[in-house]
Amino acid sequence: MHALVGYFHDIPVDLILIQTVNGIVTGMILALVASGLTLIFGIMDVVNFAHGELFMLGAFVGVIVMVATGNFWLSLLASFLVIAVLGAALQIVVLRPLIGRDPLNTILVTFGLSLILQNFALWQFGPDSRRLAAPITGHFILFYLDYPWYRLVIAVMSGAIIGGFWLFLKYNRFGVWIRATTQDRVMAQAMGIPVPWVLTGVFALGAGMAAASGVLFAPLGGVDYNMGLDWVLRAFIVVVVGGMGSLGGSVVAAIFISLLESYASIWVNPSQAVIVSFVVLILTLLFKPTGLFATPK
Amino acid sequence: MKKLDRHSLIYWTGFAVIMAVLIVAPLVLPPFWRRFLTEVLIWGLLAMSSDLLIGYTGMVSFGHSAFFGLGMYGAAGALIAFAPNLWLAILFGLAGAAGAALFVAYFSTRLRDIYFAITTLIFSQIFYVIIFTWTKVTGGENGLIFTRPHLTFAWLYDARFNPTTLHWFVLTVVTASYLFLRRVTQSPFGMVLQSIRENEARTRAIGFPVERYKIMSVMLSGIFAGLAGVLYAVQNEFAAPNFVYFITSGDTVIFNVMGGIGTLVGPIIGAGFFQLLRELMSRIFGDQFPYLIPLGVVFIAMIIFLPQGLLGFARRWLNK
Repeated sequence: MHALVGYFHDIPVDLILIQTVNGIVTGMILALVASGLTLIFGIMDVVNFAHGELFMLGAFVGVIVMVATGNFWLSLLASFLVIAVLGAALQIVVLRPLIGRDPLNTILVTFGLSLILQNFALWQFGPDSRRLAAPITGHFILFYLDYPWYRLVIAVMSGAIIGGFWLFLKYNRFGVWIRATTQDRVMAQAMGIPVPWVLTGVFALGAGMAAASGVLFAPLGGVDYNMGLDWVLRAFIVVVVGGMGSLGGSVVAAIFISLLESYASIWVNPSQAVIVSFVVLILTLLFKPTGLFATPK
Repeated sequence: MKKLDRHSLIYWTGFAVIMAVLIVAPLVLPPFWRRFLTEVLIWGLLAMSSDLLIGYTGMVSFGHSAFFGLGMYGAAGALIAFAPNLWLAILFGLAGAAGAALFVAYFSTRLRDIYFAITTLIFSQIFYVIIFTWTKVTGGENGLIFTRPHLTFAWLYDARFNPTTLHWFVLTVVTASYLFLRRVTQSPFGMVLQSIRENEARTRAIGFPVERYKIMSVMLSGIFAGLAGVLYAVQNEFAAPNFVYFITSGDTVIFNVMGGIGTLVGPIIGAGFFQLLRELMSRIFGDQFPYLIPLGVVFIAMIIFLPQGLLGFARRWLNK
């Protein structure tokens, strides 16, 4: 017992604090990815397996626009728009014919999409990782570290996008359409809401959010064709733990899981720290299989 | 003895003809295509095991790579740690796969539909991370290499595998597995599984312990996936972490959808169809060609326009 106390005593407080900041930053990106996923699921009953690939393609579009224009914020906007249009096109071509079929079909189709998109990226951009320069290069001193301001900007940007999205759902006319479609698709149609186009719009929006998070993340970790699966897996864990279709639940679960992973990486290497989020998932399944924040239907 | 009716006469005649072709095939095929056929049979067994879940119990598993991989590593471990013995390798492979299947089944059968699919995927990634990072035991990224054991039957027979006997051995295992799984799906147990697929709530209301049946079906499926892993390890004399990765699970689902779920033989056809298209494309367009793009398009088109798969038209007939 004494040895155990001594062991924890040896961890410096500053390390814990640094990992807390790191955890919140990655947690906010993850929350942005997961909220797109949970939006698409909650409203369309579509499990978007290709979400990680949209994230990855978004980052690539960001890199391309960045090389062409040199403006990070422009590439963020361009990436959002390009991938949103791509998302709308994909929804119309492959998901619309499946409306009314078993939701399992949608997971299969989006899995096929993820294969195509990933191999397209490998084919077009090659296996090498690309870098995207951060728009803000300043640092501030966090204990003994030069901590980049950009990381905090990411957290704030992600929070702003999620918050703006929430306001949009709550007050915008199109947002009200979306909520009406979630509650009762047939009734919404009867009230004159163009339901098929609402579904297309939702998918486009979710795709755009994935792309935006891809661009925001790109300066931290580089861009390669393979980055999607890792993120989509963690986003899946987040939406299962947070409760599918619950926006607030995904944000809380994303930060919670990222914090745990970032504390765990004090002791083990980061590739093993993933196990921590798996354990959270298992415990959630054991004690509250519907997710921690699921809204009862 | 039961009188053979028209259906079973045609069925068993067809079965015998296909078996005869597959038995003769390695004797006439050039080495490349012989190996190709053996591998298709192994992938077919993996896909067939997953069909028990997808097609009969109505649960889509995106985590079959875990069972396949544990079968592989179980066999590899037995071959490296003890005197190389084929049957010991199979035993250890199956034990590994069964252990993984018990773990996955216990947790993920609490969830249904897409939630089940997602959790099986995440669980398979757990096994991947463990195998990839536990370098001391699993060899990490490099995997494990061993020599192929002899084909032995007690004290009666002991010989090195050659490509032809290896093919026959694989064919025997796959055929026996097919007949076993077919028998299972037609048994009262299999009927309960199909009833869960059709209407879970009603099955529960009749009084069947649905959870226990689901766990049993995941385990059965996992054990046969492990058997495929053992065969693959024996054929290629290595176990590598790539095969525990998600790609293997994804391929398994593709084989099922292409071949026709709920038919058991369909997934083998699907595996053959997939590998054949891939081989043809790399021959026509070169090695660098991203064959998964056109294959992905074919896959999506089949889900939309041909959801029954290639053998779907014969589904009812094959299950009689």
